[in-house]
Amino acid sequence: MTVTEVKPDTTRKIPEHPKSLLLRMDRMPHIWCSRCGIGITVGCFASAMEKTGLSPDDITVTSGIGCTGRVAGYVKADSFHTTHGRAIPFTVGLALTRPDLKHVVFSGDGDLISIGGNHFIHAARRNQNMLVICVNNFTYAMTGGQLAPTTPVTARATTAPYGSFERPFSLPTLAISAGASYVARWTSLHIRRITDSMTEALQRRGFRFIEIIAPCSTIYARRNKLGTGLDLMKYYYENSVIDHNASVDDLDIGFQSKIVVGKFVDKDRPSYGKSMHEHFRKVLGNKYQPPVSGKMEIDKSWSGCTESQDTTVTDEVQS
Amino acid sequence: MPESNYWRKPFDADKVKSPDGTVYVIKDRCKGCGFCVEFCPRGVLVLSTEFNRKGYHPPEVIHPDRCVNCDLCERICPEFAIYCLNQEEIIELAP
Ligand SMILES: Cc1ncc(C[n+]2csc(CCOP(=O)(O)OP(=O)(O)O)c2C)c(N)n1
Ligand code: SF4
Ligand code: SF4
Ligand code: SF4
Repeated sequence: MTVTEVKPDTTRKIPEHPKSLLLRMDRMPHIWCSRCGIGITVGCFASAMEKTGLSPDDITVTSGIGCTGRVAGYVKADSFHTTHGRAIPFTVGLALTRPDLKHVVFSGDGDLISIGGNHFIHAARRNQNMLVICVNNFTYAMTGGQLAPTTPVTARATTAPYGSFERPFSLPTLAISAGASYVARWTSLHIRRITDSMTEALQRRGFRFIEIIAPCSTIYARRNKLGTGLDLMKYYYENSVIDHNASVDDLDIGFQSKIVVGKFVDKDRPSYGKSMHEHFRKVLGNKYQPPVSGKMEIDKSWSGCTESQDTTVTDEVQS
Repeated sequence: MPESNYWRKPFDADKVKSPDGTVYVIKDRCKGCGFCVEFCPRGVLVLSTEFNRKGYHPPEVIHPDRCVNCDLCERICPEFAIYCLNQEEIIELAP
């Protein structure tokens, strides 16, 4: 066996960024435009990972397609870039086969709520075990600024040159009505609040949802003549009202209107996995063999594998 | 010095000077957004006139002695291009 000597990186003259253990600094600068709000939310996520004390090995991050859809590629965890709208179903698979890990979906409003909208409501309804972080910039930014299901009435988009007249979704309302266990909304300048929410939500189980209203400086701000990304980020912050007990009727967002933010839901409801195990234990008794182990079990009948595999029943089975 | 009410100002920001906060800027990673300059509660930074490799103006530390190591620049930078370290962190993260 040959041992290769690891040479120190002599090109680096200054100490490393403190988040370099959690983010892929070798891939910086990232693709996001100057003054885009997405980068700040990724910094908050890294701080939250740090605060939970979880090892990056215990976390998966999955994104769909879009500007925000690039987040997974910059997080130093097991990260996955899936097809458009499919980050949630991909993560359902991860959550059911690896209940021992923390699963995070990090994507945009178009990806999660438009093409992926059905997955979103059903994962919330079933309380699938994942934290969904949605950066809402009110448009399909990556493809040039088309109308999204979140675009506020009268805001302009390439496909709504005279302004939108459709009623947009309020994402927390959608998550709450579908049954999510944890629902919060902040704007991208609420750095400490976002970090605290992410830290808290990472430690919960079931379907957790955090919406972050963030500026798209290049597309949305410019087309709607809202100034720079900095102006828009400040505007969102200054026009936000913290109300943890807000009713769902208050959560709608108009064009440059006030934005009600806060932690709206934080409750304990059995996750999909837990309900499944409880149900089958009850109806099948001893005949029920929990299908999932701490590590993904290889089903011998599918893989043609004849050797005996070690299977252990883990916590999600109990929890 | 830009005053901001976007962040909780360190309660003793006016009085206490943290002796061991050093600000580092990775110039070529910066996209010149100016967030750090805008929100630093102590006016430590300005955008320089110098261009980096991508044609942006990275920030420059003009008042290193005023820095209170509050880490706000680090947390608000969307590019992970600026950070403030104390003596222990400098040793820990040394190149
Ligand atoms: C199946 C499919 N349909 C359409 C597209 C084109 N497309 C790429 S990104 C995107 C929208 C992304 O919007 P959002 O999730 O809000 O992300 P943002 O870019 O705003 O962060 C669309 C429609 C695609 N890549 N795949
Ligand atoms: S297009 Fe908009 S959302 Fe995409 S990186 Fe640029 S500013 Fe951010
Ligand atoms: S740590 Fe950064 S934001 Fe805080 S005082 Fe120093 S330079 Fe300013
Ligand atoms: S916040 Fe970061 S990217 Fe923006 S000017 Fe400062 S160092 Fe550059």
